[in-house]
Amino acid sequence: MYAQMVKSTGQGVKSLDEMDPQERAFQERINAGDKIEPKDWMPAGYRKTLIRQIGQHAHSEIVGQLPEGNWITRAPTLERKAILLAKVQDEAGHGLYLYCAAETLGVTRDELTEMLLDGRMKYSSIFNYPTLTWADMGAVGWLVDGAAIMNQVPLQRTSYGPYARAMVRICKEESFHQRQGFDIMMKMANGTTAQKRMAQDALNRFWGPSLMMFGPSDGDSVHSAQSMAWKIKMNGNDELRQLFVDQTAPQAEYLGLTIPDETLNWNDEKGGYDFAQPDWDEFFDVLKGNGPEAANRMEARNKAWDDGAWVRDGMMAHADKKRAAKLAAE
Amino acid sequence: MTKQEWPLWEIFIRGAHGLSHRHVGSLHAPDAEMAIKNARDVYTRRKEGVSIWAVESSAIVASSPEDKGHLYDPADDKVYRHPTFFDIPDDVGAM
Amino acid sequence: MSNLFEFACRMGDNSLVLGHRVSEWCGVAPVLEEDIALANIALDLIGQTQLWLGLAAEIEGSDRDADALAFRRDVWDFRNLLLVEQPNRDFGHTMMRQFLFDAWHFEMLGALKGSDHTQISAIAEKSLKEVTYHLERSTDTVIALGDGTEESHNRMQNALDRLWPYVGEMFLNDDCDHIDTSSLRPAFDARLADVLGQATLVQPDSTFTHKGGKTGARHTEALGHMLAVMQSLPRAYPDAKW
Repeated sequence: MYAQMVKSTGQGVKSLDEMDPQERAFQERINAGDKIEPKDWMPAGYRKTLIRQIGQHAHSEIVGQLPEGNWITRAPTLERKAILLAKVQDEAGHGLYLYCAAETLGVTRDELTEMLLDGRMKYSSIFNYPTLTWADMGAVGWLVDGAAIMNQVPLQRTSYGPYARAMVRICKEESFHQRQGFDIMMKMANGTTAQKRMAQDALNRFWGPSLMMFGPSDGDSVHSAQSMAWKIKMNGNDELRQLFVDQTAPQAEYLGLTIPDETLNWNDEKGGYDFAQPDWDEFFDVLKGNGPEAANRMEARNKAWDDGAWVRDGMMAHADKKRAAKLAAE
Repeated sequence: MTKQEWPLWEIFIRGAHGLSHRHVGSLHAPDAEMAIKNARDVYTRRKEGVSIWAVESSAIVASSPEDKGHLYDPADDKVYRHPTFFDIPDDVGAM
Repeated sequence: MSNLFEFACRMGDNSLVLGHRVSEWCGVAPVLEEDIALANIALDLIGQTQLWLGLAAEIEGSDRDADALAFRRDVWDFRNLLLVEQPNRDFGHTMMRQFLFDAWHFEMLGALKGSDHTQISAIAEKSLKEVTYHLERSTDTVIALGDGTEESHNRMQNALDRLWPYVGEMFLNDDCDHIDTSSLRPAFDARLADVLGQATLVQPDSTFTHKGGKTGARHTEALGHMLAVMQSLPRAYPDAKW
């Protein structure tokens, strides 16, 4: 997902009896469905895990602008150009909402940005893959945003108020993203021979990486268990992956495209599809920074940040001068 | 490395329907004027007929908050921002 | 080709080429808030392109639509000002170019709003609302960065010096122009003097002007590279619908 393999305390979930009264009251509020707000008391681990998770989510939105931004200048019609630009702009907005949510926990956006740029914080593995044809704009919207929505919709009910509110806003905007992706795929799948080939090729390349977005099976992960107890992770990785496959397989069929998995088959008994796991070795390689476009993504973000420093400083210096002049006049 | 981060501002917007200003989120800006302009771009996507307040976050005095989530509608002239702009055939199912 | 078609292409190509240039910032602007604001400007300009090139196609009355005009014409058929095809270089050049164009665009649309051609007047009126905001924002940015730090000041002065020879073309006038564009100069000059004063920037004293963009006689090399990218898909797959 946009936040993958976020580590929590690593200490396992305490039972209510093992908690001190403050922590116990906190957990009981969460169990009752209360929202935790910035000024409320919270365990240090909850704060730290949330900063990691929201930060990683925000970074994913920002780095996620790049693979699609790659095609804004090459969008094939004026309308497609406007739609794609609006979509990538939304991603910047989502990053902004999420950084603001993280800032309520006592970290600044600049601090988070620097942790991304020097590699201390991660972003979703999916954005390390290249976008090679226009059909990839369809596949990213349809599959990547489709997978993201699976995770983001339940996060609207997450226990941390500012995070939940950011997710409400994000989900509202996100729905158009997936639909515009599917709309591109329909045009491609029903288009010329070359367009159909592009559409199938995009599905072939993005299927595995999309399944990886949910992260490896978290059956016995102490981090996942703690995050679920705190309601900052709402569902298991396998559960969401299954939902995604069940939703996507009929859509691929509708498009007349073939999901690159020979084992994909409807299983009546479990009421869902059987499917092959993606290549988890590849996933861990990407997580280590060896994604096909990883170096380029980080270079682009670093360059934008470094090249922009004089602008941020210049605007601030002018504002400081204005403030000083106003004070002097009073 | 930026020397000084732009301050954080809390943004409140009153829509065209006469309700009072509501908190919609926050953003960074070097001063109040730019905070208002950034709010127009970030939180209204430039919808007209709205009134924006920007308050530097450090100036807010807060009790323990209990506020509930809320939404703000993006500009309605960008029709493709709305999911219904894209005609997905019924037989595809929910999206 | 009719003068009116030519004029609609001039307006449409200005917004297309500048909108494209601004969209190149998406994802790599100096700060998130600017990234979002620049995307809004690009979106407005692309929207205006659809209107102007749509009008041009209608005037032409052949089978070309706005997309065909945008994606199937080559450099010599483009009619945009040389100013807007200049590369982004750095954020300072981008914002100086934006301010110089906005200041002209604002006066131009204001004059066109009074046109007795109902479609031109309607497009101008809609665009003017958007451009009024573009101008406010680019004015603030030019002032802030001109006045800001020594580095930001120097970069803005460089940008102004480099772009200055492209300012005059905006006010050259010929039969294809729907209004007398030279009449816009006094208001433009007054605003420029005021803004540059606040920005502590010095207006170059040269009156030299590059020309050939709006007539299509001689674009700069930058436009061809831009079109090579922008038009690559419709050119490579001429039969495809997108």
